[in-house]
Amino acid sequence: MNEFTIPEIAYLELLPLLIVFGGAIVGVGVEAFVGRSARRTVEIALTSATLVAALVACIWVGGRLPVVEHGGTATARGLLTAGDTLAIDGPTVFLWGLVLLISLAGVLLFAERKVSAGLPAFAGQAAATPGSRAEREADALGLEHTEVYPLMLFAVAGMMMFPAANDLLVMFVALEVLSLPLYLLTGLARRRRMLSQEAAMKYFLLGAFASGFFLYGAALTYGYAGSMKFAQINEAVRNSEGNGLLLLGIGLLCVGLLFKVGAVPFHQWTPDVYQGAPTAVTAWMAAGTKVAAIGALLRLLHVAFGSAAWSWQPMLWVIALATMAAGAVLAIAQTDVKRMLAYSSIAHAGFMLAGVLGFQSAADLAPGQLSATQAVLFYLVAYGFAVLAAFALVGLVRDASGEVTELARWAGIGKESPLLAGAFAFLLLAMAGIPLTSGFIGKWAVFSVAGAAGAWPIVVAGVLFSVVAAFFYVRVIMLMFFTEPTGTAAVVRPSWATTAAISAGVAVTVVLGVLPGPVLELAAHAGEFLR
Amino acid sequence: MTEYVILSAILFTIGAVGVLVRRNALVVFMCVELMLNACNLAFVAFARQHGNLDGQVAAFFVMVVAAAEVVVGLAIIMTIFRARRSASVDDASLLRY
Repeated sequence: MNEFTIPEIAYLELLPLLIVFGGAIVGVGVEAFVGRSARRTVEIALTSATLVAALVACIWVGGRLPVVEHGGTATARGLLTAGDTLAIDGPTVFLWGLVLLISLAGVLLFAERKVSAGLPAFAGQAAATPGSRAEREADALGLEHTEVYPLMLFAVAGMMMFPAANDLLVMFVALEVLSLPLYLLTGLARRRRMLSQEAAMKYFLLGAFASGFFLYGAALTYGYAGSMKFAQINEAVRNSEGNGLLLLGIGLLCVGLLFKVGAVPFHQWTPDVYQGAPTAVTAWMAAGTKVAAIGALLRLLHVAFGSAAWSWQPMLWVIALATMAAGAVLAIAQTDVKRMLAYSSIAHAGFMLAGVLGFQSAADLAPGQLSATQAVLFYLVAYGFAVLAAFALVGLVRDASGEVTELARWAGIGKESPLLAGAFAFLLLAMAGIPLTSGFIGKWAVFSVAGAAGAWPIVVAGVLFSVVAAFFYVRVIMLMFFTEPTGTAAVVRPSWATTAAISAGVAVTVVLGVLPGPVLELAAHAGEFLR
Repeated sequence: MTEYVILSAILFTIGAVGVLVRRNALVVFMCVELMLNACNLAFVAFARQHGNLDGQVAAFFVMVVAAAEVVVGLAIIMTIFRARRSASVDDASLLRY
């Protein structure tokens, strides 16, 4: 039993992941060996090239995944590799592509310097105490932490490994690879550094706390099943009675994942971190982390615990309801744009969980019926691009001391810059789920699968809280267009990079709203999770 | 075997309660480490029970990850301490509601 067999590794199928890891390591080397003046250009070029190469590899891998018979009408395509610990299947490749596209837009936002008079969004020297002489000297020298780019690549690699993990230990390692760079990036803001550092500490302590729960859940599940591989856990769940060990294991694993998703009651960090982090980081991480964490949650619950759906579905019912309610209601009371968007992201996490709840076994699905996986994948595309563009727009409203995020000072922005306010209003409407935006199709998709699986009370509550959420979105739009300007905030013109990222986000939101067919088909083509 | 799992559960609980009630960021962090070590104990105990190596391997991975976490965590706590001359998690309250 204890002999060691070399696992087979499908290097070709893992290429996107390997490219990102490789790029991140080369990026660390660049920090050591390239002169300060050239470093920023080299890092940006390297990071973008890595992401583009990984995206190309990802499309190539997606095209050559073998189809696996799955029973019933649902099909899966892909393969298990590295001793069955990584699953390269349709949903994995779909999420990889999505994370890579979001991160490409993220690099463009990270590189922005024009909005703050040539200064980057990141601290000149993170080790210098705020307000000290060392900090002023670093600013005078024009120092810049170009380490943010390799850190971002490491986080991207973690985000890609997370939904691909088919083993609890690999999932834990991916969780940490994804989280640790994010903790650091959160604390690197150039302005309001005390806020930023405080956000980093809160994020770190709570994140480490949550991963402790995840790990203990993994240990208990291992104790129950005798293996950490999802297929064997599923086998054990099917063949034996559920017991306390299993229930506790599922619960603790879900604590870790729901923390990353930002679901109630593990949502407390979200507003603090979204507000304190540099806005470029917030934009990218709000989209990327949610994609990775929801992907991992889907795989864990559907593949490993699919046979024990009776045990996690009631829990998820309560959490989805509470998440939608808390996100929508608390957002109304916010006076800060970034915090408001953070609470709206909590509400969206609730809507996504409603989609996760729509789990049905392959045999129960009618041919051509939308499955829970497909609905959630579509929602992630729609939400990811909308939230990225929305936060990117927040970064453009500034005064002499940096970004202006107080809602009251956003009054009348629409008169000064109709373009920015128009785009922001459109994205808010998409988040509210108005027809002809991607948000509407996404909500329709997750609510219809939840309804089909018999969770109609969730659907009713979801629609109700969508209306509550629409209230505060519309309030911001009224504020921007129909209030007298305060004159204390100005909209700055960004460089082409930020413009490109925002345009991409808005374009995706429009196209998915008007013409959702191709992406829904792509999600359907991705098929189900490989077991 | 059960004794080890119970001991790990007790250690885990002490760690979790410590995170919730202690005020110093460093102590909070040490409590998190205690939780991770409780996990290790559970992994190793279950590995012995099932007679396979998965759990023992997991313990090594957890140690490596915990070491990486210490590097990041101490860096963050230290920058906070230098800026505020305090590592109390109650003092850091600029972000609320």
